Amino acid sequence: MNLLLNLINGISLGSIYAIIALGYTMVYGIAKMLNFAHGDVIMVGAYICFCTVSYLSLPPAAGILLAMLVCTVLGIVIERLAYKPLRSAPSLAVLITAIGVSYFLQNAALLIWKSDPKVFTSVVDGWPGLTLFGGQLRISAVTIVTILANIVIMIALTLFTGKTKMGKAMRAVSEDKGAAQLMGINVNSTISLTFAIGSGLAAIAGVLLCSAYPTLMPTTGSMPGIKAFTAAVLGGIGSIPGAMLGGILLGVIEIFAKAYISTQLSDAIVFAVLIVVLLIKPTGLLGKKINEKV
Amino acid sequence: MSKMVPVPSNSIIPERDLDKIPVLETKHLGIDFGGLTAVEDFNLTIGRTEIAGLIGPNGAGKTTVFNLLTKVYQPTRGTILLNGTDTANLNAVQVNKAGIARTFQNIRLFSNLTVEDNVKIGLHNSVNSGMFSSILRLPRHWKSERAAHEQALDLLSIFDMQDLADHEAGALPYGAQRRLEIVRALATNPSLLLLDEPAAGMNPSETAELMENIRKIRDTFQIAIMLIEHDMNLVMGICEGIAVLNYGKIIAKGTPSEIQNNPQVIEAYLGKQKEG
Amino acid sequence: MKKISKTTRSNLITYALVIVAFVVVQSLVAGGQVSSSLKGQLIPICVYICMAVSLNLTVGILGELSLGHAGFMSVGAFTGVIVAISLQGLPGPVRLLLAIVIGGATAAVAGVIVGVPVLRLQGDYLAIVTLAFGEIIKNLLNNIYVGVDSHGLHFSATDTASLGLDNGIVLINGPMGAVGIEKLSTFVAGFLLILFVLTVTLNLIRSRSGRAIMAVRDNRIAAESVGINITKYKLMAFVTSAAMAGMSGALYALNYSSVLPKKFDFNTSILVLVFVVLGGMGNIRGSIIAATVLTILPEALRAVNDYRMLLYAIVLILVMLVTNNPILKNGWNLIKEKLAFWRRKTPETAEKGVGADE
Repeated sequence: MNLLLNLINGISLGSIYAIIALGYTMVYGIAKMLNFAHGDVIMVGAYICFCTVSYLSLPPAAGILLAMLVCTVLGIVIERLAYKPLRSAPSLAVLITAIGVSYFLQNAALLIWKSDPKVFTSVVDGWPGLTLFGGQLRISAVTIVTILANIVIMIALTLFTGKTKMGKAMRAVSEDKGAAQLMGINVNSTISLTFAIGSGLAAIAGVLLCSAYPTLMPTTGSMPGIKAFTAAVLGGIGSIPGAMLGGILLGVIEIFAKAYISTQLSDAIVFAVLIVVLLIKPTGLLGKKINEKV
Repeated sequence: MSKMVPVPSNSIIPERDLDKIPVLETKHLGIDFGGLTAVEDFNLTIGRTEIAGLIGPNGAGKTTVFNLLTKVYQPTRGTILLNGTDTANLNAVQVNKAGIARTFQNIRLFSNLTVEDNVKIGLHNSVNSGMFSSILRLPRHWKSERAAHEQALDLLSIFDMQDLADHEAGALPYGAQRRLEIVRALATNPSLLLLDEPAAGMNPSETAELMENIRKIRDTFQIAIMLIEHDMNLVMGICEGIAVLNYGKIIAKGTPSEIQNNPQVIEAYLGKQKEG
Repeated sequence: MKKISKTTRSNLITYALVIVAFVVVQSLVAGGQVSSSLKGQLIPICVYICMAVSLNLTVGILGELSLGHAGFMSVGAFTGVIVAISLQGLPGPVRLLLAIVIGGATAAVAGVIVGVPVLRLQGDYLAIVTLAFGEIIKNLLNNIYVGVDSHGLHFSATDTASLGLDNGIVLINGPMGAVGIEKLSTFVAGFLLILFVLTVTLNLIRSRSGRAIMAVRDNRIAAESVGINITKYKLMAFVTSAAMAGMSGALYALNYSSVLPKKFDFNTSILVLVFVVLGGMGNIRGSIIAATVLTILPEALRAVNDYRMLLYAIVLILVMLVTNNPILKNGWNLIKEKLAFWRRKTPETAEKGVGADE
């Protein structure tokens, strides 16, 4: 029974990683950049939701919507101001800029919300969750909602990239920017859209993360950000199903490592798994192999 | 060298090289890319001091042959004998050490480094000073650096490029970059030099000069040279044997005059050029 | 007399810059003209200079992005503390020297362990793996307990009690980090370490091995085609870089009374990477200047304490936007060409002129 509970908790944590990883992987696919500020967008989303619910006393749903709205706008603004001018610059310059944006968001949050941790009220407080097998298995409401949210997002994104015109444009741009432009696709707005979707998802991830682990600080997004980035690479960066798979695997491995090996060493184990996977499959589980033309 | 090597009947090796082990002999060489055959049943023998040409329409698989010989790609089938020795177990680095050097169709210089440094990198395996003697600046370091400097300038003088030694390689004009690639390849002391479109982007007078220099390199270093080239004047002017590749297969082998009069070649290649 | 080459001249300027800066600061300190907060920054500045120069070897010269450089620093730091504190009998400077040497050697071993499997990965994948290794090293150090008594060193992975110390002292206390350190580091030692790191790096770059490393960076396939063993030279640069980071780590740790493993996290790796990028990839002098300025800058911004990290972030973004702006870049290249043209016109001034950066 414990095994099952750990598995469910692992999938739940993994779902959060997966939602964050989607942002990393979509942005990487389309702009070929490691957006290190993505983890901090999560933190912003969580703060917005927290403020809406705690200070404005609005319902959690409004908090989530407002958080998504703010993060979507934030994502677009960051891309326009900081990344767009660097589109032809060396990738390291873009990486450092992303790190600059990350510092900026963290320190702006520090000024606005101060460093003392806020206690986040779960957005699914009303429902106690499921109790199965005569009380032997208790699954919290947040866990269930997180997993469901992940499933919904995954289906929606698959349909979006596969069926809609904008989704197809997105795939075209990530395949070949120049060719897509020649085919009449507006590359700038497609990239903006990608950042918008990724950041909107980050807001959801932030709210879910803080509902499950209710301590909110300006640095809250850093570690989940790095782990989700790891998940994206594990699954094969640039691949949407890869981000899902990588995220969930990472969550399950982390929870199992904590439960059965060592609480302190769980992070080391998670990162070690990434290294082993990359050594066997250098482009991640579902990543495409790219051959250099000689 | 004691053993005579049987030479295939359709060989185009020049007479002077007949009693020596060929520098290169491929047997049934082939490669598939994901089910698609790019090169098939490639059989070619090149004499010790031969200048050989590999021609064919775009996409015929010429560069793929070079990539197979230099182990950028591992062959799916067949054998490559370099100076009589099978290269099956060698990687790209070892093949170079065993005697094949090449240039690239899309120039691959160390573009942030100077012209001299590019050549010195070619000399890498013939100068020996390790990391520690270099960090401690032991006499051994200075000695090998001086030797490398002199050798590099000597090699650059083939193309009269000594004065460009301090220039950044990436900033050179196109033709000079191609020449530098040849010098860099020569610096590795090869027995077979592969040139991938050496005259591409050169004007007629540059091309004429290049032809002279290719001959000069062969005569001075007594090595074999195999080149891929679209400039028929160059190919017909300096190659002793020519192989024509189409759709990954050799469709003709022979001397320049034989190739020029081969109806299959005219159809597959030269004819097309006349139309264009 | 042989003409001095452009790079030799550039290197001499770099050495001169470091020596002059040291002499000036040293005399200012002797004259009591340096504020105590700046005085406290002197050794960290030396450490970050060495870190930046060593990382530049990996990022600028080898051309591989490493996001886990602080991991090697921590290996050197913790080894250095163990060495320095357990060798109580010896004089301070000797202990410091041994700590730096052994710290560097241990970090080099870590470099080999990390480098051998991962250096065949490329680009962003290598970057993420170095990040992962940095986090793993930090995580492991959080769980290591080391003590020393008359019987020698004791190690444990659980807690201090299980060390079974017989009246000894705890050196490494898990998440509390290295504790009870004696402050052995000095500014002079920092200066000497900079000179050492600088000599190793500059001499390596301008050698047969260094050319091979840069060949791998500029064009891997061409490097293989001229018989250069890619793995060997990648590893050479990576391990040398790790060893020098380890040495810097030892100097760093022995400047404080205690050091937390958390100090050597992803953020520190990034901090050093920022020095390298702002100083210019492959530009060793640039790394030195950037490390110095950016270590002093947050201190100098103390007046606007609350906003200083925010300003730092904005400066960072703006510098990246400005230096990579195509219009400004073209303008700058145009100026450089003009300058080069004038120098060529007047060969005498070209000889005396200041050498361009590497």
